[in-house]
Amino acid sequence: MDMITIPAVNMTPILPEIFLSVLAMALLLINVFIPSGQKSYLGYISFVGVVAAGVLVGAGWGAPVESFSGSVVQDNFATFFKIIFLLSAGLAILISDQYMEREGCNHGELYPLILFTVVGMMLMAAGTDLMTIFLGLEVMSVALYVLAGFNRANLKSNEAGLKYFLLGSFSTGFLLYGMALTYGATGTTRIAKIAAIVGQMTVPSANIMLVAGMLLMLTGFAFKVAAAPFHMWTPDVYEGAPTPMTAFMSAGPKAAGFAALLRIFLVALPTLQVEWSQLLWVLAVLTMTVGNITALRQDNIKRMLAYSSIAHAGYALVGFAAGNGTGAAGILFYMLSYTFMNIGAFAVIILIGKKGEANGTVMDFAGLGFKQPALAVAMSVFLFSLAGIPPTAGFIGKFYLFSSAVQKGYIWLAVIGVLNSAASVYYYLRVMVYMYMKEPTEDFEWTRITPPIALSLLISVAGTLIPGIVPSVILQFAEQAVKLI
Amino acid sequence: METLFFLIITLVAIVSALLVVTCKNPINSALALVMTFFCLATYYVMLDAPFMAAVQVMVYAGAIMVLIVFTIMLLNIRVDATKRHSHKVVLGSIIGFFTLVNTAFIIMRSRVAMPNGPLTGEMIRQQGHTELIGREMFTTFLLPFEITSILLLVAIIGAVILAKKKL
Repeated sequence: MDMITIPAVNMTPILPEIFLSVLAMALLLINVFIPSGQKSYLGYISFVGVVAAGVLVGAGWGAPVESFSGSVVQDNFATFFKIIFLLSAGLAILISDQYMEREGCNHGELYPLILFTVVGMMLMAAGTDLMTIFLGLEVMSVALYVLAGFNRANLKSNEAGLKYFLLGSFSTGFLLYGMALTYGATGTTRIAKIAAIVGQMTVPSANIMLVAGMLLMLTGFAFKVAAAPFHMWTPDVYEGAPTPMTAFMSAGPKAAGFAALLRIFLVALPTLQVEWSQLLWVLAVLTMTVGNITALRQDNIKRMLAYSSIAHAGYALVGFAAGNGTGAAGILFYMLSYTFMNIGAFAVIILIGKKGEANGTVMDFAGLGFKQPALAVAMSVFLFSLAGIPPTAGFIGKFYLFSSAVQKGYIWLAVIGVLNSAASVYYYLRVMVYMYMKEPTEDFEWTRITPPIALSLLISVAGTLIPGIVPSVILQFAEQAVKLI
Repeated sequence: METLFFLIITLVAIVSALLVVTCKNPINSALALVMTFFCLATYYVMLDAPFMAAVQVMVYAGAIMVLIVFTIMLLNIRVDATKRHSHKVVLGSIIGFFTLVNTAFIIMRSRVAMPNGPLTGEMIRQQGHTELIGREMFTTFLLPFEITSILLLVAIIGAVILAKKKL
């Protein structure tokens, strides 16, 4: 019996993950010693931690470094996505405090769970082995199930947590089955090796086990990014979950799903592109249309943004269906700007809302433009960006995604996308009509804006406007990031 | 001989799996599920994977089933025979049937075209399945193995948060 030689391990590529895990565990311990009224300190510590992790991640920009015998990599693609995850987590932490205090569920465990979610998402983006990606996804999902049901006293939050857990576990089954079949067809779980073996096949689409594996993996990830027809959980979960967590899970985990999808499909299965491109064409059209049409009829603002987030997953899928460099870079850019505009919009919703999830309808925005002009302007910026009106980041992102489809020759896909985008203007602008053209229905006290939430609003507005006015800087980063895959 | 054994086990597996969903009493369903797990463990033995078989029995037929039975008994679920059939049964059956046909089709058409890996039945018997798995776990899959610990920690925190009476 010979000894096991543990391979040389380079820790640098997973340094941010290790840092965040250790921080989360430390916070769990510190939590015990902090009295229940002052849990906000944990939020401040974790925000600083997220910023520090951002520095660690940013230092990794450059040549790719592999580690753990090829199960994880630090490349520009992963770095770009990690920045998105950290931004979404940082903003979510900033907007959590006030809401959780109001709803009476400011438990200290919230912040470690957010950090663990980020660790899972980072492993999904950096994983170059199906096992790493799967376990990253599970870490992310399990933490998210809990975060969705975090407001234990609220029945809707309980429903959200349970529903997300049941449907999420079900979809994980699909994903894992797909990975198992892919392993069966290629004999490896390393993405690079899968690519090599699939590349050697004369007609990869004739290998039905591989095709089935691909389809099942697509199903599993489509659930995570809330693409139709796997979107049924989204409105209920987004509506029931605590609002800051809704903001978080609509931005970070969606980006993580796209990161894993892009890496698996563009790196491991490029020879099957003709097949998956057509599928994604259909998926993109369905997702955009279902999301937008259902959003038209929503009065509850969280539900409306849930359907809108389905539609936005559809726009990103347009770039994915194109499957070229422009499309991939467009997805990266879009996920980054979507993080800013969506979390910003949710921050305003938190400020409008009152205890017990009251004031959650579009009508409650009536008169906001007169009472809180600054807040209304911020909300307008987010809504313009979500609708894709220049000069916001949302416009540039959509422009890139649709032009990638045109480059690929999917003219109709781009046309359907633009039509959908036009339809979405109706329900975004409806909120603005209420803000500026209706009298306030009741004279309620406006919640005060605490410094953390003001900071998050500032960051979000800047993040929505600056890439919209000078997109080239971020687009360059995005293009460099997708060059490696 | 092995084929006959396989057929018998398969028959038992299918019948017990059907019993899981048709039994009216949840305890009977749970016991039928144990039977299905044992049949699966037998498959692992036949596939030269004794370690998996042992884990299947210990974790699934043992630990998880005990939890399920405990939960059923603690919750004191009533047998509700009246609302067992709804219109969704038809839809579910149709989808289930097509999934079955589809799966059968995929299995029939699947060919493993790849060359065989280094692990053979002979080697497993010589070195021991457990050792081979351990070796892989601490070399090739070292990082996924470490991530599992975080996954378990998150699950524990989540269970405490959601279930504890007073936080």
